[in-house]
Amino acid sequence: MTRNGIPAACAALAAFVAMLVSAVPAQAQSIDETVNQIFANATGWFVNFIFASIPGTSIAWIVLWLVVAASVFTIYFGFIQFRVIGHSLALVSGKYSDPDDAGEVSHFQALATALSGTVGLGNIAGVAVAVSIGGAGATFWMILAGLLGMASKFTECTLGVKYRNEYPDGRVSGGPMYYLTKGFAERGLPGGKFLAVMFSIFCVLGALGGGNMFQANQAHQQLAGVFGDYPGWITGVIFAGIVFAVIVGGIKSIARVTEKVVPFMGILYVGAALVIILMNLDMVGTAFGQIIDGAFTGNGIVGGMVGALIQGFRRAAFSNEAGVGSAAIAHSAVRTKEPITEGFVSLLEPFIDTVVICTMTALVIIITGQLVTDPATGLYVINEAGQVTTATGATGVGLTSAAFESTFSWFPYVLVVAVVLFAFSTMLSWSYYGLKAWTFMFGEGQAQELTFKVIFCIFIVIGAAASLGPVIDFSDAAIFAMAVVNIAGLYFLMPIVKRELDSYLRRLASGEIKRFK
Amino acid sequence: MSAKFIVGYDGSEASRRALDFAVGRVKLQGGTIVLVHVLEWSPYSFLSASELEERHKRRREEMERAETALVMPVLEKVRAEGVDVESKIRYGHIAETICKIAEEMGAVQIVIGRNGHTRLGSRIFGSVAGHLAQAAPVPCTIVP
Repeated sequence: MTRNGIPAACAALAAFVAMLVSAVPAQAQSIDETVNQIFANATGWFVNFIFASIPGTSIAWIVLWLVVAASVFTIYFGFIQFRVIGHSLALVSGKYSDPDDAGEVSHFQALATALSGTVGLGNIAGVAVAVSIGGAGATFWMILAGLLGMASKFTECTLGVKYRNEYPDGRVSGGPMYYLTKGFAERGLPGGKFLAVMFSIFCVLGALGGGNMFQANQAHQQLAGVFGDYPGWITGVIFAGIVFAVIVGGIKSIARVTEKVVPFMGILYVGAALVIILMNLDMVGTAFGQIIDGAFTGNGIVGGMVGALIQGFRRAAFSNEAGVGSAAIAHSAVRTKEPITEGFVSLLEPFIDTVVICTMTALVIIITGQLVTDPATGLYVINEAGQVTTATGATGVGLTSAAFESTFSWFPYVLVVAVVLFAFSTMLSWSYYGLKAWTFMFGEGQAQELTFKVIFCIFIVIGAAASLGPVIDFSDAAIFAMAVVNIAGLYFLMPIVKRELDSYLRRLASGEIKRFK
Repeated sequence: MSAKFIVGYDGSEASRRALDFAVGRVKLQGGTIVLVHVLEWSPYSFLSASELEERHKRRREEMERAETALVMPVLEKVRAEGVDVESKIRYGHIAETICKIAEEMGAVQIVIGRNGHTRLGSRIFGSVAGHLAQAAPVPCTIVP
């Protein structure tokens, strides 16, 4: 498309750097404050628009948008997420993979890479935010959102593979920008290109927000908790340096170490949560009682049931990214003749991420008694900020950390390592998603790629320096904006997925689709 | 149909010895050699998103490199000695893939070299020779 974006981006970049430099002589702490102020002012209108309530209610329209979409896909595909799980697992384990395709991207690899982009802070910090604002009841809505989200993920990832670009040199590139363009053209619908560009803009913002600043911010909070309070931009600069070394310098060894350690940290985290849950098995019933009770009454939280629902859906969407479109980018590289098979595989993602891991975090927080209730009324004690008072006063990652610490005193140290690594791997994934959207808009090329990568690294510093409130608002807003465009497109393209689904299931039943193992 | 000798070949000194041994056998008793080169690969490994994007391209490059740099020169040399030889380049677990090819082709024997790992080394990393000795579907000669 146009190349005008590059000088403009460079100018914006230069202005920003100049601003940072001029602020350096002032005290270190005030750099953080300045960054925070400028950032909050610059993004406020966008956040307000995305989270605007439907007139006359307190329900944010965006939450309704996600819920309705996930429900529509669930019904349209006949509760696909519950029908094909067995087949999904068979696909992941390679039972249907042609041995001649060994050496190509397997279903497992596509799923693992997509998961490493979603499993992370959303599961640790996001859940803590959800229950500290929405109470235990938010967990119920989170699980429901996870189950429904499986249908959204199925739809977008099938399309991601079906309409990917395969270049003559053998590279594969896919995602909403491609299926919106090609899918709309195939159905003879107008506006595909427009939606694709809109999606790309929001994807770049989402990559800089939830995929970057939120991660840097929470990683800094964890490090500051261990090493004592110090200015956030220091963490930011270090992180930016390492990310720069990987995505610009092409230092594969760092990425390779991360990808080996991240699954291990994930298993350790889930293992520790399981142990805590098993140690308090007698309280699991009570905890689920609180979750279900809170889901429909709110138990005294601000906004009652609707407040719990909004938090649950918001944090679930942020964690598993169903309907957002990002996963379609990661999943589209798989080697398969049947795009629908990657849809089947991808629907495991919200299940693992939200229904299993997020629920575990929530259970640990609830079981260990982090949410303070009034013994007389049984309702939550609400602080001035409108949040549930927590036992240690911590929020975000701090709350999860405190919950684990109450059983394993050493766990906060593990969690610091986990958070930093998760943050890092999520940043690497999103730097790729953002880059794909960026090159879709500005064309492929070294200069275009470098511009985006430099901007990405600068935002790491901003994210680490700003305070959680504005960062999390902007991160959510950007990611939800992606969902607005993506889902609008999915409604028009879902008949294509339906056709693929019917044809595949018919051939599977007739034995035309063979098992190799 | 002549007897087929599978030779596991990775370009190493040991695999060259295995090939020499097999060529000697074929000259004596007749038959053909199937040169097998396996590129170590697991469908359950973790790759980054950009590695996924380039996987198909890399695979093609790796296959070409194996073909031209590793396998072709050896094939020519063996043919020059008047021995029938064909080649297979595959991805997968080395020992398992060799076993599978042996079964598919109805080979009479597998010949492989041994690198002489230390005991600790093969404990940790496993050894192809050890695995084949355990699992080969046809007689297996391990050339030291």
